[in-house]
Amino acid sequence: MDLHLLDAKPTAEEREALDALLGKPLSGWEGGVRGARDTRTAAGGHASRERRHLLLPALHAVQSRVGWISEGALNHIAERLTVPPADVYGVATFYALLSLSPRPRRVLHVCDDIGCRCRGAEQLCAELERTVGPPYHGPTGSRHEIPSDGAVWLRSPCLGLCDQAPAALLSIAGAPPVERLFGSVSAPAASRTLGGDLGATTLARPVPPQHGDPTLRLLRRIGVADPKSLDDFRAHGGYTSLRRAFELGPEGVIREVTEAKLLGRGGAAFPTGRKWDAVARQPVRPHYLVCNADESEPGTFKDRVLMEGDPFAVIEAMTIGAYATGCEKGFIYLRGEYPLAHERLENAIRIARARGLLGDNIMGQGFRFDIEIRKGGGAYICGEETAIFNSIEGFRGEPRNKPPYPVQSGLFAKPTLVNNVETLANVLEILRIGGEAYARIGTAGSTGTRLFCLCGCVMRPGVYEVPFGATLRQLLDLAGGVGPGHTLRSVLLGGAAGVFVRPDEFDMPLTFEGVRAAQATLGSGVIMAFDESIDLLDILRRIAAFFRDESCGQCVPCRVGTVRQEEALHRICSKQTRGSPAEEAALLDEIGLAMKDASICGLGQTAYSAVESALKRLRVLEGVVAQ
Amino acid sequence: MSADQLVPLQASRRTVELTIDGDPVRVPEGTTILDACRSKGTDIPTLCYLKTLHPVNVCRVCVVEVEGSRVLVPSCSRAVEPAMVVTTGSDRVRHSRKMVLEFLASSVDLSATPDVEAWLTSYAARPERYGPAAPPVAAGERDSLPTGHHPPPSTTHAATVGQPVKVDNELYVRDYGKCILCYKCVEACGTDFQNTFAIAVAGRGFDARISTEFAVELPKSACVYCGNCIAVCPTGALMFKSEFDHRQAGTWKEAEQTVTATICPYCGVGCTLELHVQDNEIVKVSSPLDHEVTSGNLCIKGRFGWRYVQNRKAADNPRTS
Repeated sequence: MDLHLLDAKPTAEEREALDALLGKPLSGWEGGVRGARDTRTAAGGHASRERRHLLLPALHAVQSRVGWISEGALNHIAERLTVPPADVYGVATFYALLSLSPRPRRVLHVCDDIGCRCRGAEQLCAELERTVGPPYHGPTGSRHEIPSDGAVWLRSPCLGLCDQAPAALLSIAGAPPVERLFGSVSAPAASRTLGGDLGATTLARPVPPQHGDPTLRLLRRIGVADPKSLDDFRAHGGYTSLRRAFELGPEGVIREVTEAKLLGRGGAAFPTGRKWDAVARQPVRPHYLVCNADESEPGTFKDRVLMEGDPFAVIEAMTIGAYATGCEKGFIYLRGEYPLAHERLENAIRIARARGLLGDNIMGQGFRFDIEIRKGGGAYICGEETAIFNSIEGFRGEPRNKPPYPVQSGLFAKPTLVNNVETLANVLEILRIGGEAYARIGTAGSTGTRLFCLCGCVMRPGVYEVPFGATLRQLLDLAGGVGPGHTLRSVLLGGAAGVFVRPDEFDMPLTFEGVRAAQATLGSGVIMAFDESIDLLDILRRIAAFFRDESCGQCVPCRVGTVRQEEALHRICSKQTRGSPAEEAALLDEIGLAMKDASICGLGQTAYSAVESALKRLRVLEGVVAQ
Repeated sequence: MSADQLVPLQASRRTVELTIDGDPVRVPEGTTILDACRSKGTDIPTLCYLKTLHPVNVCRVCVVEVEGSRVLVPSCSRAVEPAMVVTTGSDRVRHSRKMVLEFLASSVDLSATPDVEAWLTSYAARPERYGPAAPPVAAGERDSLPTGHHPPPSTTHAATVGQPVKVDNELYVRDYGKCILCYKCVEACGTDFQNTFAIAVAGRGFDARISTEFAVELPKSACVYCGNCIAVCPTGALMFKSEFDHRQAGTWKEAEQTVTATICPYCGVGCTLELHVQDNEIVKVSSPLDHEVTSGNLCIKGRFGWRYVQNRKAADNPRTS
């Protein structure tokens, strides 16, 4: 393709960062030194266009090395991957973790989302503003001089560390880059971290609160087996399920998963067996497997705990899924804010490859499968099952229209199996005990166990595993409730896209059928508790701001609806309503209905869910008066 | 072999029977719901749809209700299925269309969008209820918004995409205060027609915008000035400089214009041109969408290379003397 490029050239450092990912350019056509040979060879066609899927990794390579993506770097990426620069720019500006304007190498992303808000995130941000300065959003006016040893901070949506709130993500660009996600951040510690003292903030990962409980299934190895050791994984039952899968054969595996009546844990609760069967039957080849690890629903951190604590289980489960559905290639689409999970998964993949558990002849069974990790760029929407394909393929992470469904035409327009991390983790258990035995756990309509992310105002936040059937109250009790002297006012069930429930509803069983009957949702398993000290209107405003930030902007109902929703809530919060609060509530309802009915994907369709439940179930507007 | 012995290569298409607003309708397999509705005379408003482009179904003004579907369905892209039951005018459908129109009218300047006034009236849309429109931002401000962050909203004004017009060349202007982000220009510039890829959607959410790389001016970008983006723009956000100048001067008189069809004189392709003439002066050039050669597309010469026609001074144009 004949690319039209800007004049800017990459720096040596930017070139190096890209060469480390892509290798040296093979010709002048790809941005190398132009030689006499280049004028006599043709470049282009499928071979050059097929590298577009490396776009997001290439952008990450420059971002993590230099701290931002300059015109020269963007030009060079365009050249190396034969992607028009306007397209590269469109993709790069889609992701919040990438910066297209000069930025210091050291950046602290401080979570101010709903979970951390319950634990002092706003006070932390205010303190940082006082001591370090305002959050940094690129050079303003003529101030283009950034001291490269400087450090800045930014507010961030949920970082998935709600059990150790308030959380922050530190990234220091360089070779190698440093990325750390840590919790229990205090303002002095944050300042010291920004100053370069990496020891200032704790990286500890607490063992799950139920640690040692013999009834645990999905969490049983976490905090027990060394997540870095394959041998330890095997000593704790690892890779027995894959062996069993080879005994059963692909159809046998799907039969077990179907018999287990496993429903997807990502939020949509689709029958996993049916999905696997549909992919397996597609005559078009190749098939792809995508493990959706883009966990970004505010309040959710279960997949992080699984990946950090039991990474080999994810690899084993993906291998089983690939075997059953005929995939040769799998991707883990991991959210960009999980550096420790990234490190552990990478380590697990490397070891599994070396030990013949990934590759051309897995366990000597003649089965070929390999896994690649793709790091997200800070975009909640990429967890949507079709947006994830666009993101991997090097396009903007915009959801696709369905039909066609992923099982027919997914990644690279091929039949694709997309499963959430937790869903896959259940497969190991199904093959370990058999589908029939698994189906006896839980209730008739919701089989197996479920991970719940207890956070907010609870005494012992963390991931809890219970068989389906436990009530919300039992879960809250497990986490120690809100503690003495506090009153539990409400719970947000299912995350920002979920619903608020009242204390008198706490006896609802947390099963798919139980929450459906109560017009609630399990979503991603979030149980965020709010006591009397929390201003729910402020929480609603943050949720509305979240959806406005995370909307991809493709369809009108979501792109503008999320803005109008936030404006209305902002007017209510600042007591400057247009008309009475009841009129604002009616307007919100109209906005919400259009978003629910007419948006392309689940983000827009659920962007009003939490607000609606707060208005109708909690009646948060009672007592708010117009001025 | 005589002509009547010829067998058509294309297999005859099967037909699908469905119900639209209670009436049975039979259309060829693969027809969209929109075309099926239009075939029976039911009109549905559209903004991002154009028959010559791949449907992107983003504006959502064409949604309809399909029995069994949890959410509304974009009629412009969804193919009909046997026994489908479609409702085009239910309260639910009308509500979503009304809201989409309100959302757009309250955030975008729709003054140059045909038909929209009538739709706003017929759907009883009240875009003013979100508050007075926020004043336009300074030039370039919307081009450098940080992704994933935004300042707290105003309590008095409704956010808009208002911004100054981008005038960076002599041929056409980009007035993104009128842009509804229908993706048509990106499609026309990209794989649907031109394969130039000078523009893409950048940013995210309400801050998403059509942009060149780093929002550089068009002369620095890959733009080849074919003007095919102008031809597909439904809101007048992309406009001939000549039309823009007339509108600025208050001398744009569309009702008085004549349209003359002719053939482009520049090369052997023979594209059909439609010369829009006002006061004996060509003010813009288009090509019919249904023209089998152009599908509405032209190149820089056909689109913009007509200034010589206006040179009426005998001294400049000896052939007419």
